[in-house]
Amino acid sequence: MAEKKVSLGKEFTKGLIKENPVLRLVLGTCPTLAVSTSIVNALGMGVSAMIVLICSNIVISLLRKIIPSKVRIPVYIVIIASFVTIVQMLVKAFVPALDAALGVYLPLIVVNCIILGRAEAFAGKHAVIASAVDGVGMGVGFTLALCCMAAIREVLGAGTFLAGAQDLLVLFGDNVLGGFNGFTLIKEGSALSPMTVFILAPGGFFTFGLLMACANRIAESRGKPKAELKGCEACPMAGSCSIRADGGACEDGKEEASA
Amino acid sequence: MVNGKKLYVSASPHLRSTVTTRRIMLDVILALVPALIASAVLFGPRTLMVTAVSVATAILSEFAARKIMKRNMTIGDLSAIVTGMLVAFNLPATIPLWIAAVGSFFAIVVVKQFFGGIGQNFANPAIVARIVLLLSFGAQMTNWVEPFSWKTTPVTGATPLAQLAAGETPSASLLQMFLGEHGGCLGETCAAALLLGGLYLLMRRVISPIIPCSYIGTVAVLMLIKGHGDLQFVAYELLSGGLLLGAIFMATDYSTSPLNSKARLIFGIGCGLLTCLMRLFASMAEGVSFAILIMNLLVPYLERMTAPKPFGTPKKEKKEKKEAAQA
Repeated sequence: MAEKKVSLGKEFTKGLIKENPVLRLVLGTCPTLAVSTSIVNALGMGVSAMIVLICSNIVISLLRKIIPSKVRIPVYIVIIASFVTIVQMLVKAFVPALDAALGVYLPLIVVNCIILGRAEAFAGKHAVIASAVDGVGMGVGFTLALCCMAAIREVLGAGTFLAGAQDLLVLFGDNVLGGFNGFTLIKEGSALSPMTVFILAPGGFFTFGLLMACANRIAESRGKPKAELKGCEACPMAGSCSIRADGGACEDGKEEASA
Repeated sequence: MVNGKKLYVSASPHLRSTVTTRRIMLDVILALVPALIASAVLFGPRTLMVTAVSVATAILSEFAARKIMKRNMTIGDLSAIVTGMLVAFNLPATIPLWIAAVGSFFAIVVVKQFFGGIGQNFANPAIVARIVLLLSFGAQMTNWVEPFSWKTTPVTGATPLAQLAAGETPSASLLQMFLGEHGGCLGETCAAALLLGGLYLLMRRVISPIIPCSYIGTVAVLMLIKGHGDLQFVAYELLSGGLLLGAIFMATDYSTSPLNSKARLIFGIGCGLLTCLMRLFASMAEGVSFAILIMNLLVPYLERMTAPKPFGTPKKEKKEKKEAAQA
């Protein structure tokens, strides 16, 4: 595993659209669909996962020469789980409302494919700083995707925007920003009523599909080859694919690079 | 012998059918007109307004979507009008007009155009629109009014299906049920008008009888078992809810129903089975739309399961089995 030279700027920006973990790599779908019913939840989830991702990327990258490759997955999981436990305790202590809202999805960050995927595909092969930057980029991409989905779902499905903002603002003290707790766009009893389906699972999938199409469109318009046509060339994981690095292709019978 | 001028060589097809999408859609629209008239008589002129809004939104959405996606214009094939009418037929007469518009928009843009337009959609647009609206606006979507009450003050009432689900005999007589004098969505109540439209489509060979017959037949048989042979119960079940509308106009949609007869038979039976299961055991009174949607999703598998054997080819499976036995 020779270390490639990487440009830090590129490592950061690739996570935003081109290799956006949710919309382009389709990782971490479960928390994405479950948590993106309100922007506040999405933001909390995104930031928590980002912290875990950055920390685990750094530690795994530091230990990458020590970890035997045969047991690397259990080792990664242990590292990730430690950070998730820390983050969960912090969230419980400082933003308890968020902990209640996210419920089981907070501890489930342990098995979030994005974090394990980045450990496997990037942090295990790259130097510390590059891995940290990759974590930041992927984390921001995850948070952005979650927030975009949540914005659409919350506005259409509940008729509110940033509802429950105090849950997060409690970090900075009581009644910050004059007790701002979100806008109610569709008032109760008005002629319009929110489309509840967008808060439910089907609406989550609709929004997910829509945003994926948009992300593909943007990524392709920037000269990325079309996803269906070019095989490995078009795979968003191509840059860090170990099968490809060995000169093989993952198409014969196997799925795309594992995550 | 062969004169050069008379020998005409061209690629197949050599005979073209005169049937066009436009003609089929026109037939479906004509077949829907009796039900539209019946709804206007039963639930008042507001139903025409709802239908107009729904159709207009469908056409506008189709126009806008095709323009924005830079695809060729398909408004001329009239399929948007059919979708708009079917969406409206699935709404109660009291529905706020903007909800009808949302439904049509959703049907055309999300279900149809996002997947490539006419012939490419995986599920019936009107069915999905109905389900989305039902999940989104539960209260408005189940606000039924009694027929003819629009002349004085609209009175809300239970649908026969809800009464059946509660174990009561519906307040409408069987003749009233047949003529549509009961609460329900605006296009689904008048069985006579729907059957008239269905007969017209059958005569024009726009639809094949397999799906509607197997669908309605399955429901009849299962309800006969459930009612311990009570024919009146069966008749009420068949005439209430969206069964006829669904079986005749929605389950037979070309792009979302199977092509060959065997698959069509399974498709119809599956729809009937799911409808009965939902009517009898689910928390909702009606299951037609969900049944058709689920079967829509299964169509590719049904097609693959029942793919006909090309003429003259050996029977593959038996041969393989024999070889396996020999080995």
